[in-house]
Amino acid sequence: MDKKDILKQERDAFWRKDIRGKIKNKDRTGLERVSMPEEDPMIRRRSYVEVNKGLTPETAMLEARRCLDCANPTCIQGCPVEINIPKFVKNIERGEFLEAAKVLKETSSLPAVCGRVCPQEKQCEANCFYILRLAKPAVAIGYLERFAADYERETGNVSVPETQPSKGLKIACIGSGPAGLSFAGEMAKRGYDITVFEALHEIGGVLKYGIPEFRLPNDVVDVEIDSLKKMGVTFETNFIVGKTSTVEDLKEEGFKGFFVGSGAGLPRFMGIPGENLVGVLSSNEYLTRVNLMEANKEETDTPILKGKKVAVIGGGNTAMDSVRTALRLGAEKAMIIYRRSEEEMPARVEEIKHAKEEGVEFLNLQNPIEYVGDAKGYVRQIRVQKMELGEPDASGRRRPIPVSGSEYLLDVDTVVVSVGVSPNPLIPQSLPDLETTDWRTLVVDDESLHTSVPYMYAGGDIVRGGATVILAMGDGRKAAEAMDQEFSVINERASIKKG
Amino acid sequence: MNKVVSKDYFSENVVRLEIEAPRIAKSRRAGHFVILRVDEKGERIPLTISSSDTAKGTITLVVQKVGVSSKKLCALKPGDCISDLVGPLGQATEVKKTGTVLACGGGVGVAPLLPIVEANKKAGNKVISIIAARSKDLIILEDQIREFSDDVIVMTDDGSYGEKGLITEGMEKVIAREKVDEAVIIGPAIMMKFASEVTRKHEIPSIASLNTIMVDGTGMCGACRVTVDGKTKFVCVDGPEFDAHKVDFDEMLMRLSGYRDFEKEANERYQKDQ
Ligand SMILES: Cc1cc2nc3c(=O)[nH]c(=O)nc-3n(C[C@H](O)[C@H](O)[C@H](O)COP(=O)(O)OP(=O)(O)OC[C@H]3O[C@@H](n4cnc5c(N)ncnc54)[C@H](O)[C@@H]3O)c2cc1C
Ligand SMILES: Cc1cc2nc3c(=O)[nH]c(=O)nc-3n(C[C@H](O)[C@H](O)[C@H](O)COP(=O)(O)OP(=O)(O)OC[C@H]3O[C@@H](n4cnc5c(N)ncnc54)[C@H](O)[C@@H]3O)c2cc1C
Ligand code: SF4
Ligand code: SF4
Ligand code: FES
Repeated sequence: MDKKDILKQERDAFWRKDIRGKIKNKDRTGLERVSMPEEDPMIRRRSYVEVNKGLTPETAMLEARRCLDCANPTCIQGCPVEINIPKFVKNIERGEFLEAAKVLKETSSLPAVCGRVCPQEKQCEANCFYILRLAKPAVAIGYLERFAADYERETGNVSVPETQPSKGLKIACIGSGPAGLSFAGEMAKRGYDITVFEALHEIGGVLKYGIPEFRLPNDVVDVEIDSLKKMGVTFETNFIVGKTSTVEDLKEEGFKGFFVGSGAGLPRFMGIPGENLVGVLSSNEYLTRVNLMEANKEETDTPILKGKKVAVIGGGNTAMDSVRTALRLGAEKAMIIYRRSEEEMPARVEEIKHAKEEGVEFLNLQNPIEYVGDAKGYVRQIRVQKMELGEPDASGRRRPIPVSGSEYLLDVDTVVVSVGVSPNPLIPQSLPDLETTDWRTLVVDDESLHTSVPYMYAGGDIVRGGATVILAMGDGRKAAEAMDQEFSVINERASIKKG
Repeated sequence: MNKVVSKDYFSENVVRLEIEAPRIAKSRRAGHFVILRVDEKGERIPLTISSSDTAKGTITLVVQKVGVSSKKLCALKPGDCISDLVGPLGQATEVKKTGTVLACGGGVGVAPLLPIVEANKKAGNKVISIIAARSKDLIILEDQIREFSDDVIVMTDDGSYGEKGLITEGMEKVIAREKVDEAVIIGPAIMMKFASEVTRKHEIPSIASLNTIMVDGTGMCGACRVTVDGKTKFVCVDGPEFDAHKVDFDEMLMRLSGYRDFEKEANERYQKDQ
């Protein structure tokens, strides 16, 4: 049966028909989309509590009612891992929240995370019937996904997936971001003996060191890690593959297969004068000091610059996270400087909205061209140039063009540069046979995610450059499937030979 | 968790720690460093691996007490554990047979200098070492340096031991006396700046090992960046050794002061709590 038939069969289930029949479509479409309860902007701008408080069972069931359980659920095509959206939503409508969570876990290893950080408005929700046909707000798929996953966790019902008997095959996963975690989970389920190697002292990759607690509490990630541990996954922190031990060393220790999920952790700078002044730092450094080292807390030893006038350069999620962190560290003025207009900003719409509510100033269509310091080398001003938009460039976005004579000086004491990241070169450097692109990402087969090195697969940001959590997670699953197949074929052959 | 196996004092403020880390002991080369976090609340600090024992599975660090983290580390006793230790980091030293090598170590910079001195001697070079410090009790690893050097000059600012004077004076003397093919300079940034001026003047190719502020040590944060030959480099992955004549030491000195107020405050708090 192909995917379409499976969806149809599930949609024909008795309970689904029953629920569809209970309310007329016209009444469903007449309902208003729920809004997410949020912490008061004036309180949260100085605190690390999570901004979105989550739906209640009542509001979730009400929102689930809006979904029409379409015969052709276009929303699914918008989801990179093709979650069976109507199936989980209808389970919420009938009050079977744990069942809904189970549906999510059929395809997603981290639903509580994706429900919080996916750019839904560009993915599943953008393809919802409400948007495509009714010009009404989409079903709040992301909120509902988060609700079901949170319900499962908060009621202590997280089930540890069943694992097959051990195959006695050792597999190494390099990196513990969403790509690595989902790969590890899938392989453990299939009975492989899997070890995740992580360079930092914490497990979770960007989910821990990058995305702040007010958007993704660490507890949410830790629960997922715990269930991997219960499934038998071994974690080795403070272990840099290629440095602490090489891939060759690991092979000698008996590791047969490898998955590289080492992310795109290298910060880019713009190469403009004054960028190495004290007080100019990358968003990675800024966010790592707070999220990984907890430098915002009195009792820890790691220092952080608590600027009063902070400018963040860039318009992505990382820039929004940095500027909102600046507020929480006590900034009086927290500014975004972005060279295009708000329409072109890559950040999630919700983050931009939240930042505005918290009092972040947006200096759009502006670009820094120089940092000016004082005698001690501390940054004091930015020379800013105004921009206007020209013709679309290769990325399809309108190209920013400097407006001559528009330069002015802006007072600052801290600058956070958030203009993108490059793939982490540690693994490619230690493996000369590993083929890379001009952008230093790894070359993989589109279908299997196999690299140019035998028994080595890769996924997530190291392959895609800076992408998303859900794409990284999807890659981990896909690679696990392909690796499992490769080893199964080998095993079969071996057992045929043995007779 | 990594266990402290043994501990010696070189002076009141300089301590040698032998730490269990079998994998690092095996993989490390001269010039490599580690990053460690003493406890759950600690910051991540970089320290050079001064030697290792693959049979015992240990590495040796030589630590100078300068602030909270180094003091916490030096307060550990044999049997205590360090909560996190990662490495080996950085590029290993490239040791070639060049002839005569002048190895200059200032203060605790002698610790990272030691493995380089050893590697140079083993590569068949003539090694002349100058070790310098403010006063006698800050001179460390003299015997170990002697073991792998053809000649050793000890200098103190106050003349309490060895010759009186700055390291640059010792360097001038050696250079006047014989042909030096290469210099290795490790110490406080200000010492490296002036020492590399001396070798620049005499056109002696020189290497400096930079001790910038670091967080992750894997190229992720950019805290360690310096300007070398007009380009921005990350010390943790591109270094820590660079052509001393191309390093912008003034910028490096400036960047090292970035968190000074915070460090001073933290240190005062730590002293009060002790
Ligand atoms: C601040 C910030 C906010 C973001 N916000 C969003 C968002 O809202 N929504 C969204 O979808 N995406 C967001 N992203 C992007 C998303 O986080 C990434 O696309 C995703 O984390 C990539 O996952 P990954 O598993 O490929 O790599 P990572 O999460 O980067 O994890 C890689 C891990 O590998 C480790 N590693 C690297 N090299 C080695 C080695 N040699 N040995 C051992 N370990 C190694 C690293 O230390 C790291 O922990 C954001 C990113 C950032 C930085
Ligand atoms: C690659 C590398 C190798 C190193 N190897 C050694 C080693 O083998 N032994 C050793 O004792 N130290 C070494 N250092 C320096 C060591 O990391 C610092 O002394 C330590 O981080 C200071 O932390 P703290 O909390 O004790 O002091 P802090 O409170 O952070 O600093 C106290 C004072 O020391 C200065 N300082 C801070 N960091 C440094 C630094 N990186 N270099 C010089 N001065 C600094 C501060 O400006 C301040 O005045 C190395 C540094 C690097 C980058
Ligand atoms: S994983 Fe992301 S894209 Fe897929 S349904 Fe959930 S929120 Fe939408
Ligand atoms: S497209 Fe929208 S309404 Fe239709 S099934 Fe998907 S979520 Fe429900
Ligand atoms: S220490 Fe973070 S990039 Fe070098």
